[in-house]
Amino acid sequence: MAILVFAENVNGVFKKPTFEALSYATAIAKNLGTEVHAVCFGKVSDDQYKSLASYGASKIFVINHSSLSQFIGPAYASGIAAVAKQTQAQIIVIPQTYNGRAVAPRVAVKLDASMFSGVTSLVTKSSNGFEVQRSAYSLKAIENLSTNRDKLVITLKSNAYKLEKNEASGIVENFAFEPSAKDLALQPKQVIKASSKISLTEADIVVSAGRGLKGPENWGMVEELADLLGAATACSKPVADVHWRPHHEHVGQTGIQISPNLYIAIGISGAIQHLAGVSASKNIVVVNSDAEAPFFKAADIGIVGDAFQVVPALIESVKKYKTSH
Amino acid sequence: MKILVCISHVPDTTTKIQFDAEGKALNKTGVTFIVCPYDEFALSRAAELKEKQGANVTILCVGKAEVDPTIRKAIAIVGDQAVRIDAEPLDAFYVAKQIAEYAKSQNFDLIMFGKESIDFNGSQVSGMVAELLDLPDVSFATSIDINGKTATLTREIDGGKEELTCDLPLVLSAQKGLAEWRIANVKGIMAARTKQIQVITPVDFPYYTTTTKLSQPPAKQGCIYLKPDETDKLVQILSEKGAI
Ligand SMILES: Cc1cc2nc3c(=O)[nH]c(=O)nc-3n(C[C@H](O)[C@H](O)[C@H](O)COP(=O)(O)OP(=O)(O)OC[C@H]3O[C@@H](n4cnc5c(N)ncnc54)[C@H](O)[C@@H]3O)c2cc1C
Ligand SMILES: Nc1ncnc2c1ncn2[C@@H]1O[C@H](COP(=O)(O)O)[C@@H](O)[C@H]1O
Repeated sequence: MAILVFAENVNGVFKKPTFEALSYATAIAKNLGTEVHAVCFGKVSDDQYKSLASYGASKIFVINHSSLSQFIGPAYASGIAAVAKQTQAQIIVIPQTYNGRAVAPRVAVKLDASMFSGVTSLVTKSSNGFEVQRSAYSLKAIENLSTNRDKLVITLKSNAYKLEKNEASGIVENFAFEPSAKDLALQPKQVIKASSKISLTEADIVVSAGRGLKGPENWGMVEELADLLGAATACSKPVADVHWRPHHEHVGQTGIQISPNLYIAIGISGAIQHLAGVSASKNIVVVNSDAEAPFFKAADIGIVGDAFQVVPALIESVKKYKTSH
Repeated sequence: MKILVCISHVPDTTTKIQFDAEGKALNKTGVTFIVCPYDEFALSRAAELKEKQGANVTILCVGKAEVDPTIRKAIAIVGDQAVRIDAEPLDAFYVAKQIAEYAKSQNFDLIMFGKESIDFNGSQVSGMVAELLDLPDVSFATSIDINGKTATLTREIDGGKEELTCDLPLVLSAQKGLAEWRIANVKGIMAARTKQIQVITPVDFPYYTTTTKLSQPPAKQGCIYLKPDETDKLVQILSEKGAI
């Protein structure tokens, strides 16, 4: 038995969601008395393998196949399941990125496993079988879910588990895997990069703005604040609907759901559908000129004021802070 | 072209979520149910494909009779026929198994889902159905165009979009962007009223997972208010909280 983590290689680099999944898997492995393995597609540099080892991977299975240098969901799922079968992995942990979410259900079916998605707690084992907590009803509920099956596929919510270094041996092994013709039915053509520098789902800090900003020409200060904080930018739905901002920035019930360490909401009223995507953020700062805006009920820190004064002032304060730290 | 759109019956987006006395299920009293908004993207794109190039569209929902009004809402947007598999949809694997059993003999060219249900938020059913049927699936699709037997799609990925092609048959899950939401017209609503919903008995299959408890997320401690000129203090508090 072992715990297997899908280590997602993004242009030769492993990122935070993968390290979170490894940290998480390592904590479960300690409780269950087993070890953590990683599976990745395509060769990467030795430093990159070392980074997987530093978060607890004792073995790293590398599937290096010429057809799989680009992500192809069904084929990756087959590869992950093949490693899981050979190593008799009992729990498969998959970061909840777009690609992670694409492969996970297929892996679950291939292994005839139970699947838990959007998981926010460690897996515990009792006489009832495995149990976890996850978020449900678009962040409006916490669900405890159990299964008495012996295999489990988990997608781990971003920012739900803190990074923990755990030096492990990280032995790199090539894993022979031949995708079938059906696995390769999808033909990736090209990737179009978004203009934003930091992807929303992995961002620690998100600076978000809504209709209160009046027009797209006023987003300069939002971007400047985000750049200073190393944050991703986001927006409310109507802002994306009228194309003030690109669709991939839209957060909420019908957009992306995020749970960063810090969410700064500027000129957003805090409609229930918006909160459904952001209310799990650890710290929420709301800037709104209307003291009655519902968002203040979900905020940790609120400033009732005009965004066009508060945001430039905040930019200056952050600059000052950065030069003194 | 034969299209299947699978829909889930979910609480309206404005619902205050509360639980039954045991804390194991949603308290449905006073809750309005709707077609999941992501499934509506799929329905709307199916309607466009039907208009532009001709298609026969089936709506499918796994649920008890209470979901019939929701199925009718979907038919009002698009739907030549509708099927309900008469079972409680308590687990994604179970739902996927039911859908796959129904679809395996129907030769659909395209099977569409929403990217996730807004109650369970699993993003599970579509990929599971695809795997059970041994079909390719494109998740988080933001566009699909079909030319003969080949589809060209765009899907959302972290940090951008990916373009890909695939021959039909194909499974997809709909992300915002796939189509503009359609509002059903009077003709659609009238037709939906009288349409027969075919009810099918589920196949025997266990529930793999069980909900043992539902609870409210921890409430915020209350908001600390700062004045508009106290941005230095804001930065200081955030720094103390380890937020920046
Ligand atoms: C099915 C459904 C799904 C939905 N999904 C989503 C979703 O995923 N995400 C989402 O965001 N919305 C969603 N919505 C829409 C949602 O209901 C709200 O309409 C939307 O969130 C409002 O956006 P907003 O806060 O930017 O705009 P508004 O509600 O117009 O709020 C603007 C705010 O800016 C403030 N303001 C104005 N001027 C200033 C200023 N100078 N300085 C500071 N503040 C100022 C105002 O006081 C106000 O509170 C959905 C709706 C439906 C029906
Ligand atoms: N009970 C159901 N009947 C039919 N389709 C469903 C059902 N539940 C979920 N789906 C479909 O599967 C998608 C993903 O659901 P989920 O895996 O629960 O997030 C939904 O958007 C629907 O398209």
